[in-house]
Amino acid sequence: MADEVLFELLHSELVSYVLTNSEKDKKHGDLSTLEYIGFSTGYRIIERLTKDWPRFKDELDTMKFICTDFWSSINKKQIDNLRTNHQGVYVLQDNAFRFLTRLSAGRQYLEMAPKYVAFTCGLIRGALSNLGINSMVTAEVQSMPGCKFHIQVQRV
Amino acid sequence: QNSELFTLTYGALVSQLLKDYENVDDVNKQLERMGYNIGIRLIEDFLARTSSGRCYDFRDTADKIQMGFRLFLGVTPSITNWSPAGDEFSLHFETNPLTEFVELPDHCLNLKYANVLTGVIRGACEMVQMEVTSWFVQDQLKGDNVTELRIKFIKRLEDAIPAGED
Repeated sequence: MADEVLFELLHSELVSYVLTNSEKDKKHGDLSTLEYIGFSTGYRIIERLTKDWPRFKDELDTMKFICTDFWSSINKKQIDNLRTNHQGVYVLQDNAFRFLTRLSAGRQYLEMAPKYVAFTCGLIRGALSNLGINSMVTAEVQSMPGCKFHIQVQRV
Repeated sequence: QNSELFTLTYGALVSQLLKDYENVDDVNKQLERMGYNIGIRLIEDFLARTSSGRCYDFRDTADKIQMGFRLFLGVTPSITNWSPAGDEFSLHFETNPLTEFVELPDHCLNLKYANVLTGVIRGACEMVQMEVTSWFVQDQLKGDNVTELRIKFIKRLEDAIPAGED
């Protein structure tokens, strides 16, 4: 769909901007800026997406929503595999993560992968935050274009 | 429905730029530059998707830019206010797709919030050998009734002649 292209190009510009800036200031890990932009976006978009939905039964129900309707709305596909230890850790596996499919298939350019998953980690964290779940979200890329998002729910 | 993802991400980006740059004018320039980078690639997708050929004239260009807005942002602005020379026109937006959820705080009144669009148009047109410039004449974010984007044709860009040839 055409709007996907526009968003991909914006995401590309976000990545470039954040990296260019961090070179100037010699800051390391300015992927946190990218993550925060994702967080803001996720926090707001979940409101629009869940406007007409009844409250989620529990944490697992919420995660299933993230894997299905949320992921479809954002990435035009669902999460391929969800695992949990039922103690607040969830692993969401996307076998063809949209921002990695263009990079490579396999281990080439693996060092670039973190830049392309940071925004989405924030997006997930922001969405969960507005649903009342505080979490840490990281991503693991072993072989592109597959990606595993690790969600660690923070219980206060 | 999913231009919301673009719109909300764009909003978060603008907020970030306002934190990074002291000068609002630098934010405006950065937005335009990013738009340019997007435009030079977006045009390829547009051409492939619409099987568009060369524009006959600037009115043709106006129609195509209008089509671009419909394709990529799901809005159809109206084309109005042609200059007598036919080298300038306006796009009228009932609602600016980028600013649907946005309010400008008082210290940002010089912010050209949707400036990315001027860059996109400049970049896209440059790739098809046209130099154009665009600017917002009216802005709903600043209290106007409509958002009006004016586009002006500057000149045709010829392919650069390599050094050493006539």
